[in-house]
Amino acid sequence: MSAHILPKRVYYLIFGILMFCTYLTVQIAFFDLGPLNTIAAIGIACFKATIVILFFMHVKYSPRLTWAVILGSIFWFAILMALTMSDYLTRGWRTFG
Amino acid sequence: MLPEAAHQHVHGLAHHFDTLEQQTEATTLGMWVFLVTEVLFFGGLFMVYTVYRSWYPDAFAAASHSLDITLGTINTAVLITSSLTMALAVHAAQLGQRKALMLFLVATMMLGAVFLGIKAVEYYQKFVEHHVPGPGFNFEEPRYAVHAQIYFSLYFMMTGLHALHMIIGFGIMAFMLRWAWNGTITREYYSPIEISGLYWHFVDIVWIFLFPLLYLLGRHAH
Repeated sequence: MSAHILPKRVYYLIFGILMFCTYLTVQIAFFDLGPLNTIAAIGIACFKATIVILFFMHVKYSPRLTWAVILGSIFWFAILMALTMSDYLTRGWRTFG
Repeated sequence: MLPEAAHQHVHGLAHHFDTLEQQTEATTLGMWVFLVTEVLFFGGLFMVYTVYRSWYPDAFAAASHSLDITLGTINTAVLITSSLTMALAVHAAQLGQRKALMLFLVATMMLGAVFLGIKAVEYYQKFVEHHVPGPGFNFEEPRYAVHAQIYFSLYFMMTGLHALHMIIGFGIMAFMLRWAWNGTITREYYSPIEISGLYWHFVDIVWIFLFPLLYLLGRHAH
């Protein structure tokens, strides 16, 4: 990984996008969109996290092994969420109680 | 080529690596593996948050509404700015610009301190309002009191753990500043800065998720 040096303007651009997204997510929060509020908030947060990882953390220019490690962590977190919520969210169904 | 001969004059290269590139790749990967454990560490708390919020959405919205959204938004901006200065510090290190590196490290530390200061003001407000879980807990809407206390427990655990990471990050930056100052960090051997940067950005990412989940939920409802 001989240093892939990004030009400074990339960092300023990412910073600008992050700030705009923060403004956007706060503005959206004041409107009642029902379940869309949560989806928008998490969606914007995921987008912000992605560009931080890709550019500030240089993952876009990192070896595939690094990608595998990061995707692995997301995958394991998804397992945690999916299996736990498949229990908690279906407890009220009571189809056999 | 004898490895020993090749190693003699390479500053910062540990003996069990052949080249600085190999070492940098290995240390970066090692840091990412550590960050994976951090993802699952915080992930457990996000999991608990999701379960309780799905059970008591109204109480969570009411409790969330008592947070100061202005301070929360300012703190988000402060932390994003600190990530920018951190990225610029790594950039300066890659170019071997010692002065710029030290400047950006100091800027990152100062922004981190501002974040913690604002957080302290917010915590103080919560103590004054009796929103801290425990015997003195009191919530303005009695029907939500029991479940609002769960929200505030999570609020203090998650932001507290995040603040602890910020304090540790501040200490790491102080070390990096010392290494930048005494010439340990060079254009070739800058991976300590890169890795510290990964940690700092990770802590920023945690906040990127904490902010909407804790401050913004139910903002429209009242």
